[in-house]
Amino acid sequence: MQTLNTKLLIIGGGPGGYVAAIRAGQLGIETILVEGQSLGGTCLNIGCIPSKALIHVAEQFHQTRHHSQGSALGITVSAPTLDIGKSVEWKDGIVDRLTTGVAALLKKHKVQVMHGWAKVIDGKTVEVGDTRIQCEHLLLATGSKSVNLPMLPLGGPIISSTEALAPTSVPKHLVVVGGGYIGLELGIAYRKLGAEVSVVEAQERILPAYDGELTQPVHEALKQLGVKLYLKHSVEGFDAQASTLQVRDPNGDTLNLDTDRVLVAVGRKPNTQGWNLEALNLAMNGAAVKIDSRCQTSMRNVWAIGDLSGEPMLAHRAMAQGEMVAELIAGQHREFNPTAIAAVCFTDPELVVVGKTPDEAKAAGLDCIVSSFPFAANGRAMTLESKSGFVRVVARRDNHLIVGWQAVGVGVSELSTAFGQSLEMGARLEDIAGTIHAHPTLGEAVQEAALRALGHALHL
Amino acid sequence: MGTHVIKMPDIGEGIAEVELSVWHVKVGDMVVEDQVLADVMTDKAMVDIPSPVHGRVIALGGEPGEVMAVGSELIRIEVEGAGNLKESAQPAPAAAAVPAPKPAPVATPEPVVEKAAAPRCAPQAPVARDPEERPLASPAVRKHALDLGIQLRLVQGSGPAGRILHEDLEAYLAQGSSTQAMGGSGYAERHDEQQIPVIGMRRKIAQRMQEATQRAAHFSYVEEIDVTALEELRVHLNEKHGASRGKLTLLPFLVRALVVALRDFPQMNARYDDEAQVIHRSGAVHVGVATQSDVGLMVPVVRHAEARSLWDSAAEISRLATAARTGKASRDELSGSTITLTSLGALGGIVSTPVLNLPEVAIVGVNKIVERPMVIKGQIVIRKMMNLSSSFDHRVVDGMDAAQFIQALRGLLEQPATLFVE
Repeated sequence: MQTLNTKLLIIGGGPGGYVAAIRAGQLGIETILVEGQSLGGTCLNIGCIPSKALIHVAEQFHQTRHHSQGSALGITVSAPTLDIGKSVEWKDGIVDRLTTGVAALLKKHKVQVMHGWAKVIDGKTVEVGDTRIQCEHLLLATGSKSVNLPMLPLGGPIISSTEALAPTSVPKHLVVVGGGYIGLELGIAYRKLGAEVSVVEAQERILPAYDGELTQPVHEALKQLGVKLYLKHSVEGFDAQASTLQVRDPNGDTLNLDTDRVLVAVGRKPNTQGWNLEALNLAMNGAAVKIDSRCQTSMRNVWAIGDLSGEPMLAHRAMAQGEMVAELIAGQHREFNPTAIAAVCFTDPELVVVGKTPDEAKAAGLDCIVSSFPFAANGRAMTLESKSGFVRVVARRDNHLIVGWQAVGVGVSELSTAFGQSLEMGARLEDIAGTIHAHPTLGEAVQEAALRALGHALHL
Repeated sequence: MGTHVIKMPDIGEGIAEVELSVWHVKVGDMVVEDQVLADVMTDKAMVDIPSPVHGRVIALGGEPGEVMAVGSELIRIEVEGAGNLKESAQPAPAAAAVPAPKPAPVATPEPVVEKAAAPRCAPQAPVARDPEERPLASPAVRKHALDLGIQLRLVQGSGPAGRILHEDLEAYLAQGSSTQAMGGSGYAERHDEQQIPVIGMRRKIAQRMQEATQRAAHFSYVEEIDVTALEELRVHLNEKHGASRGKLTLLPFLVRALVVALRDFPQMNARYDDEAQVIHRSGAVHVGVATQSDVGLMVPVVRHAEARSLWDSAAEISRLATAARTGKASRDELSGSTITLTSLGALGGIVSTPVLNLPEVAIVGVNKIVERPMVIKGQIVIRKMMNLSSSFDHRVVDGMDAAQFIQALRGLLEQPATLFVE
């Protein structure tokens, strides 16, 4: 058996692992990265990026069909048709470009990439095939996996988000199990691609992780798009013969939903199985590996980042953690101490949450001003044919320090940048109100929300 | 439309005054029959005042914390029909619908508000920051501080809302490793103050404690007890009968020891009426068990302990403690004790000086059990030791009697068989 020696060994080439590797390379740390599938992990291959590509295809198709049915904009086109094979090809092209880009960046920073499945031997030893790697530091970045439902085993018409992002055809009827952000993003995209879509959610509203005021515009849009919602319904099973999904309604009666595909999107769990993590006997935090504010596990010089270390399971969190761990290994003093980590749902309309919501601020014992500004009063939103949604700010009453931003509306994902910056810089309402925001942009609603919190919104 | 006036009811025998604890309604609220309007407090029990009518609250007759005479006007409710108040027969109560500027009985607690940050022009002005509060600083400043090995919570922020700026880090560094230049530790001084009104239970406790220490001539006596055998017995009984009869703590054994010892020391099981100059020795042993509840100290009473078995006492203590903690204990359950036991459990300390539960003349305090090396027959052995810290009213209990009483308790507890041998 061949034995390699390195300072840093990273298991997993997703956003957390590859960023850690790049930064380690920049800092002159000898690094090996092990990846069993494609570089870029879930995010680039079967998550964030392909879903955004599919959402874009769906939106374009939906808009064109909208125009073909006589739109108010005066555009006339004939009814579009969709070659989903080509769409997937286009999406794959983007994924390819990004993963090759990652490979090039790793090479540029002299990171050695090993393709194969890692098996942990101990805190300083990992085997990949018939190669043994000895390291000083071991960074675990194995990400997460879709949660499966025992009564809906994947296969045939029952698919996970991975299969939903590489369709060979658009189903006539799709049932999405799970009304969280993954289920809704894909459900809306499939609806716009022409499928009849139903969403089954056990809780009483969609996006149950967010407050009702925030999810209301998304709920409205789903109704307008004709997505059927089965809230407070739970799944019982799938009848392959009749091709129906059995769900139990709030009264305990069983409904049969005709469908030709069922997308299971009920969440994700840390990927702790199948690579002999047990050998390390690390302290756990529920299903996730327990880490401290420096991403250290309970074993010295064994680090964990990203989804493996639990919520919030977000690529940008993993990237920031990976960068930090590389710097820590290089001997720098670092701590993972962000004020806020933005969370975005690419539904239609989009939804973004950064920092504390009003409920969270209240729970933290803060006396806060909560103020929102509707896009209905924003010129740019009107020119985008978008009137629903709002920007909401949460700020301390005593010193006007902003503790949270939320927004829902078309294109608000890009506002997460401004929100994140304002929170990290410790902005007060007066800072945002006193910053000139370009006209006409959606960002004006950000300034107006701050002005309104101070009692003098201009356009309301 | 008429007005229905509810007066402060007479809720206990011979009580002329009750304290208004809390309003559950405010002026303008609609109330329905049987809805609870207010909680009032007598000697020790909390009593709900329900509405006898359906209507709208038009005036409240007092403020929480106010001691009101029985029969005084509590609340006015506007009702359909005539009501029970003849118009212009009576002036409106003092605290009318529009809150008149009248001196409140106690200051209302003001929320602790962090003082607004000092303006930029006073860069050295300390900004109060709670120890747990996250220092406010941009990512670049945070990173720079980590590089410099500076703990941001020690740095004064001169920016808006106390934000720490790069300049503040420099100023912190310039003052060197010693923080003398700042004239202090680097921790912000605190100038906040909270006002906690002493009302309700707390006021009652304060009054009773004050009265007890003023009237009685307290003296305390501490003795150590070897409870090794008692603990063995307790553990054995719990193993054998715990599942069927319930677990025993130390308290029921202490209750039993009191019952047996008091047969020879009836002067300890007494209530001293110092105004009438009479001591009432009680045949019955009603043991008060001091219990901490959310609202403060309560002393529920295990009645007729002399007639109870060990498990019976245990069950009663447990039931009363739960009732007291959840505020469900009745007035009867909270009064009438003839002697009191007080224990802080695992926090028992080495010695305590309990305050008498007047008009009783004795209170027995229980300290924690610790394993200590003791000398027995010339050998050092590990024994479970527990102190009893007891107080007596020296006006009517002599030191010798108290000491003998405690020695009797000690004998019983150290030879637990004697607790049960008649």
